[in-house]
Amino acid sequence: MSNAQDMLFRTLADPTRRALFERLCREGEKTVGALTERAGVSQPVVSKHLGILKQAGLVRDRHEGRQTHYSAQLGALAPLVDWTSEMASFWQSRFDALEDLLKRMDQ
Amino acid sequence: MSDISTETRSVIIEREMLFPAEKIWRALTQPHLIQEWLMKSDFKPAVDHRFNFNADWGSVDCRVLEVEPNKTLAYSWGAYGLETVVTWTLTPTGTGTHLRMEQAGFRADQRQAYGGARSGWPQFFDTLEQVLARTV
Repeated sequence: MSNAQDMLFRTLADPTRRALFERLCREGEKTVGALTERAGVSQPVVSKHLGILKQAGLVRDRHEGRQTHYSAQLGALAPLVDWTSEMASFWQSRFDALEDLLKRMDQ
Repeated sequence: MSDISTETRSVIIEREMLFPAEKIWRALTQPHLIQEWLMKSDFKPAVDHRFNFNADWGSVDCRVLEVEPNKTLAYSWGAYGLETVVTWTLTPTGTGTHLRMEQAGFRADQRQAYGGARSGWPQFFDTLEQVLARTV
C-alpha cells in the first residue's frame, strides 16, 4: 500500500473524523461551530480532528473574519477510488444520452 | 487492456449505432451538441487545443491530442487527480457505425486499494459512492 493510501486509511479509520468528513461531503462548507453542534464532542476536539483531516489533504480551511470554514477535498480520495468502474458506468450512461441525442438530431 | 506490464488499465465502451459516422462525429465535436449528452465545453477539433468540460460539480481539464474527421478523436482527461486519455474511434458498418470509447491510463494499484477499503468500511464507502455518483 502506498504512503498516500496508508495516510488516508489511518485518517479515516477514526469514526469521529470520518463522520466530520462525510458531513462536509454531503452538506458542503461548514464552520467549526456548525460542525461541533452535531459532532457529539467539544470544539477543541473537533478542531484537532479537522487539523488531522487537513494534514491528509481531505479538507481545506478558509478564514473569514473570526470564523474558519472547512470544506471536503474529494480529489484527496483519488488513490482509494476504483476509477475504472466509476468511469465505466459514467460512460455507459453518456452513451445512452448520445444515442438519444442522435435520434433527435436532423440528418 | 488490463496488462501488468504497463501497470495501467483502460475503460472500453463499444456500441453499434444505427447512425452514419458523420452524424456521430458532429455530436462528438460540436459544443452545442456535446453539452446535450456529455457536458458543457469550449471544445474545438484542433490538435493541442486546451479546453474544459464543465459541470456543476467542477471541471475536467483537457487537451486535444488527435483529430481525424469521422474516424478518430482523442483528448486528455484530467479531473480529481485522474490523468487519462479518452479516444473515440468510429468504424462504419453495413447498418451504421461501430462506436468505441477507450479511456486509458488508470493506475493498476487503485482498484486493489479500493477493494480492500470497501470490505472494511462498507457504510463509509456507500456514502462516498453516492457523493461520487453525483460528481463524476
